[in-house]
Amino acid sequence: MNDFINALALFLQSAVTMGTPLLLATIGGILAEKVGHLNLGVEGMMLMGAVIGYVTGINTGNPFIAIIAAGLVAALGALIYAFITVSLKGNQIVTGLALTIFGTGFANFIGSSLVGVTLPASVKGALSDFEMPILKDIPILGKMIFSQSIYVYVSLLLALLVWFYIKKTSFGLNMRSVGENPAAADASGINVTLYKYINICLGGFMCGIGGAYLSLVSVPSWQDNITAGIGWIAVALVIFATWNPIRAIFGAYLFGAIQCLDYKLQNVKFNFFGNPFTINAQLLSILPYFMTIIVLIFINIRKKKENQPPAGLGSAYFREER
Amino acid sequence: MFNLTKRTNQSKIHTLLLQLGAIVAALVAAGIVMWAMGYNPFVIYTKIVEGSVMVSENAKKGGVPYRLLQTINKAIPLVILSLGVSVAYKMKFWNIGAEGQFYIGALFAAYVAFNFKQLPPYILLPFMFLSAFIGGGLWGFIPAVLKNRFNASESLTTLMMNYIAIGIVTYLQLGPWRDPEAKGFGRMPYFTENAILPKVFGIHIGFIIALILAVIIFVLLKKTKLGYEIAVIGENETTAKYAGINTAKVLFITLFISGGICGIAGMIQASGIEKTLTDQISGGLGFTAIITAWLAKLSAPIILVVSFLFAMLLQGGAYLQVSMQIPAAISEVIQGIILFFVLGSEFFIQYKIVFSSKIKEAK
Repeated sequence: MNDFINALALFLQSAVTMGTPLLLATIGGILAEKVGHLNLGVEGMMLMGAVIGYVTGINTGNPFIAIIAAGLVAALGALIYAFITVSLKGNQIVTGLALTIFGTGFANFIGSSLVGVTLPASVKGALSDFEMPILKDIPILGKMIFSQSIYVYVSLLLALLVWFYIKKTSFGLNMRSVGENPAAADASGINVTLYKYINICLGGFMCGIGGAYLSLVSVPSWQDNITAGIGWIAVALVIFATWNPIRAIFGAYLFGAIQCLDYKLQNVKFNFFGNPFTINAQLLSILPYFMTIIVLIFINIRKKKENQPPAGLGSAYFREER
Repeated sequence: MFNLTKRTNQSKIHTLLLQLGAIVAALVAAGIVMWAMGYNPFVIYTKIVEGSVMVSENAKKGGVPYRLLQTINKAIPLVILSLGVSVAYKMKFWNIGAEGQFYIGALFAAYVAFNFKQLPPYILLPFMFLSAFIGGGLWGFIPAVLKNRFNASESLTTLMMNYIAIGIVTYLQLGPWRDPEAKGFGRMPYFTENAILPKVFGIHIGFIIALILAVIIFVLLKKTKLGYEIAVIGENETTAKYAGINTAKVLFITLFISGGICGIAGMIQASGIEKTLTDQISGGLGFTAIITAWLAKLSAPIILVVSFLFAMLLQGGAYLQVSMQIPAAISEVIQGIILFFVLGSEFFIQYKIVFSSKIKEAK
């Protein structure tokens, strides 16, 4: 029984570890979608952040600068996306995909000289699990909550801040109206273009630091395509969380847990009233995508106003065409 | 200051010049990036062309030269996938599920190939072809139903269904369909000889199928009633409804065709190139196809050209890696930059900037 409790504690701990890059990227996706922009460049921006975070970490030995650099380069990628989709009214889907292609190439190109180069101890040490004495020994939940990298706590804080920003501030109110009905927002004197640029770039920043979590903390070394599709799960998670950063926390850890099970359950034999069975890892990995489709159907059936996608999602706003 | 107005007369020459200008500007910009990274852009561009279409001196074995063959092999699935998505895009249904439809098509074809081995090729191959069309078609049909019944955004549902499709293939590959003779290696058995596409001029006949499909799609969109209805819905769904078009029916049929064609691409790749089914068989081609279809303005003949150019970039990138140890990822960087510029140039095709002094004069 003790073994089981310890295993469960470790499992919950790694669910949070796996969920953290997802959480950051999901917050990024929420910010862009709330101003009406579906950015499919999440995967690309995460990769850009991951590689620049790693390079900066190696060269400066300073984890803080590395993380900021990761966020900035991804925000720069988001800026290209914003310029094309906001100012030049380009197609959001194609632009997002282009950003993912560019970001993937960018990261793998720079990363090709980083394979086998290790991070300095100063970076690794600062970001390694921060164990709180006594509290971490609480059964089951102790490891999950009190033995994590500082990165995890920061990501939680960011989720709360973004939730507060969207739901409770006047900036957030303006931002939501830009996403729902840009023409009306424009008419009421809100600078639609500025709101879109700022939130898309902030979103890019979040994706970038989400990517850097992978290269600096959870892996931590460089490998090609280090994100392995996490960016796409984040796109799903934005919907799963119905554009709400608080729900994104639970969603991210849930999807993180599913990813962990992927690795861990492969060879475990369960016993259900004398019938042995195994849980299939590959089928489990499609669960997040499947659940997201169910959520999309469900929010339509329930028609609850606050859970709907932003009404202006996906369409360009052109003042002269009102 | 200045104002933006929509161009009323978009002349073809003006559009073409702007697009060419964008591509040249993109190549210059990408060149600057390469130069900043310490490579000579002229050498890289030359090598990409050399590696994708030129005949190497020591590798003439009759038929099509090896590198050109590689480029054509890469272009075939890209052409078919682009044709597939273009049908859906014509009605502004943002099907980004080509990747998944490709895998499900390949999956249905593989099922037939594994279970009807005894059939002669002239029956087996059309059977695989048809089942791939049905498989991909169903995978395109589901998002159409979700859109119609639950107003679920198609760009989101089709994206999710890509990963569900790949997950199913991975599951079958490592589980029930695993080749027991592969000695612990997780792969499916190879197709038997009668399930493999025959070759013409050393190229598998997928290229003929791709050309035929291009003609069919061109005719479908330009000359048939369905094509007309698709175009009207794409322009304005409300108008289409008032005009008495059964929009739901057209949506379902169109998405079945769109997905089905992407499914055919999967069958051709599995049968013509891989000779089995793996969960790596596409490697993102379904996403590239969205871009090529869009760049080609959904026109079937231009899709042939754009897909070939993209295949050149892919093949040229692979060649750079082998011949000069430059990471193949550089071709993705170039692709991305070209796309950014072309996407940006679109604006100047659609709109013109009118400075306010001129507006006053006009008044």
